[in-house]
Amino acid sequence: MARDVAVIGVGMTKFGEFWDRGYRSLITEAGSKAIIDARIDGKDIDAVYVGSMSPGRLIGQEHVGALVADYAGLVGVPAARVEAACSSGGLALHQAYLAIKSGLYDIVVVGGVEKMTDVSTEHATVALAGAADQEWEAFHGITFPGLYALMARRHMMDYGTTEEQISLISVKNHANGKLNPYAQYQYDVTLEDVMKSSMVADPLRLMHCSPITDGAATVVLASGEKAKKVCENPIWIKGSALATDTLSLHGRKSITKVEASAMAGKKAYQMAKVKPSKIDFAEVHDCFAIAEILAIESLGFCKIGKGGEMVENGETWIDSRIPINTSGGLKAKGHPVGATGIAQAIEATWQLRGQADKRQVKGAKTGLTQNVGGSGATCTVHIFSEEK
Amino acid sequence: MTTVGIVSYGAYIPRYRIRVGEIARVWNDDGEKVSRGLGVYEKSVPAMDEDTVTISVEAARTALENAGINPQDIGAVYVGSESHPYAVKPSATIVAEAIYATPDLTAADLEFACKAGTAGIQMCMGLVKAGYIKYGLAIGADTSQGKPGDALEYTASAGGAAYIIGRDKLIAEIKDTYSFTTDTPDFWRREGQEYPEHGQRFTGEPAYFRHVVSASKKIMERNKLKPEDFDHVVFHQPNGKFPKIAAKKLGFSDDQLNTGLLTPLIGNTYSGSSPLGLAAVLDEAKANQLILLTSYGSGAGSDSFIIKTTKGIEKRKNVRPVRQLVNRKEYIDYAIYAKFKGKIKGVALER
Repeated sequence: MARDVAVIGVGMTKFGEFWDRGYRSLITEAGSKAIIDARIDGKDIDAVYVGSMSPGRLIGQEHVGALVADYAGLVGVPAARVEAACSSGGLALHQAYLAIKSGLYDIVVVGGVEKMTDVSTEHATVALAGAADQEWEAFHGITFPGLYALMARRHMMDYGTTEEQISLISVKNHANGKLNPYAQYQYDVTLEDVMKSSMVADPLRLMHCSPITDGAATVVLASGEKAKKVCENPIWIKGSALATDTLSLHGRKSITKVEASAMAGKKAYQMAKVKPSKIDFAEVHDCFAIAEILAIESLGFCKIGKGGEMVENGETWIDSRIPINTSGGLKAKGHPVGATGIAQAIEATWQLRGQADKRQVKGAKTGLTQNVGGSGATCTVHIFSEEK
Repeated sequence: MTTVGIVSYGAYIPRYRIRVGEIARVWNDDGEKVSRGLGVYEKSVPAMDEDTVTISVEAARTALENAGINPQDIGAVYVGSESHPYAVKPSATIVAEAIYATPDLTAADLEFACKAGTAGIQMCMGLVKAGYIKYGLAIGADTSQGKPGDALEYTASAGGAAYIIGRDKLIAEIKDTYSFTTDTPDFWRREGQEYPEHGQRFTGEPAYFRHVVSASKKIMERNKLKPEDFDHVVFHQPNGKFPKIAAKKLGFSDDQLNTGLLTPLIGNTYSGSSPLGLAAVLDEAKANQLILLTSYGSGAGSDSFIIKTTKGIEKRKNVRPVRQLVNRKEYIDYAIYAKFKGKIKGVALER
């Protein structure tokens, strides 16, 4: 007997560069906020999942499932760390969804956290490169800006996507981030700022790249039955899907189609019984500006190759056809990798509860989140609805 | 209360310069962009036979010449640097011997990243004020190190300044000093390491700005002074940008800052940085002017001083003004720079 799963509480830290805060302090804050928001007690919690990509390399700490349960005052509760590079958060959410769906657990707390600024930029870049194929990509010197630059160049060549179109994504996401008090960068950038910023990996410039960020995010999931008892405004997870692709970019038939995203999207749409045209807003994985174009294409918001045009036509701003990354996205909100997938779910929840303040999408009923690991080897897609 | 202050001072900057653009050329960087970002256009380079000791001796000799005092009356010599030529064996004894101040004195080497020079001034103030010594000599000097290709290479330079601290014949009174110190590891070099390491963006907000701003605010508050009461302000100058931001945060104008801002033309002389900036201000200052000096040393701490010039400053002028030393220059290319700095493998200079 399939059960319904709902989000009954959310909480996150501000995203940013926190010299004076550690890993455990961040996740504990996000967790406490979510538990308070859900109005539950520790004794109600059946299990904890934590998405975290690289604490071992970034702060020298592994075994963070037990660590988080310990610091949350939940010793004894089943707790597990989940890892799938930058999609660790989305994967943790999927695992928590399955755990409730299975009938084993009724209330699960699922968090995501990363503490990235204790190490140098070079060190963090090397840690992140662990999401690529170490033997076939990273050993040869390519890092993520390089991989996404290859995808951007090919997209420009195949479909005529322009640097301006790619840059407009950063402009929009900063405009949205300005409205989000949790965002790392709460200020506008102009098209000129973006296009004149330092070149990182041609054609990607500094202002096309998401930053290195500290932060944590947590949601509380409950079975439909429990949700109705404890929560006035549950947000329902209508679809939760996971798909994979080749780990290395060169293994794919096309480097401009994110197949894992298309597959997870298709599955999630089937589960939710909706079409892309019924999605009111989406949080997608813009680790680099080009990735947002690849995301909206793979999720069916436009035809393959038409993403740049859709951005240029202004169809992805708040109050337009389909608002993308109302939170500011990874670019402006920040990208503490393990926390990103959960933070996307929180934005979706706030939008559907009508709590997104100045960035509220009017009449939002159905929202989608897409979280990508590496250059697209793992992808999770979730569909949220205010209606059961 | 015994008044203590500056009896005289002297400065020294090696004559060689390398342009930021020349360093950028070697590392495939955009020199103009680096210069704009750091607010530094060229930096001083020590010749092969120059080190912290020779720079200190040059500055100390000028200070003595300016003061016209008997070196035998100097009761303390402190050399503050993070590039003492010897790990064990003091620089201060060589300096003391070279200026004929031995043997009736105390001497020691100090290290506190870029603020050991101002720490020496404070130590001299204490000994002078307590009446243990007549004059104290405090020096901040460095031939700082930047790893080839590291951002530090654009700024790490060489130079120093010497201050004679006493009770009489003052050109400026030191009205107050206050220090703000925490354990903040933004920059370090371990024993045996050739080049220092730094914490990237961490060197800004929690390190330089927190300490410089806190020390400056506190000393102004307890003396009931506001930024507009000062004629000049000198901050530690790791680059051309940080002191400007600090000035803006505290409410000082560019006019108050510019006289003592030397980094754009000589780079970061580390322990010599704020002492050289103060020397450039004293070169230009008239009687009864108020100066705020705040140093910064990584690790981390700031020493703030409120300094008021006396009539003496108009009578005894510096025989080798700082701006003259800044303008006395000879450009070298990266190859000669690499040779001077001992960066060519296999021909490391004998130490």
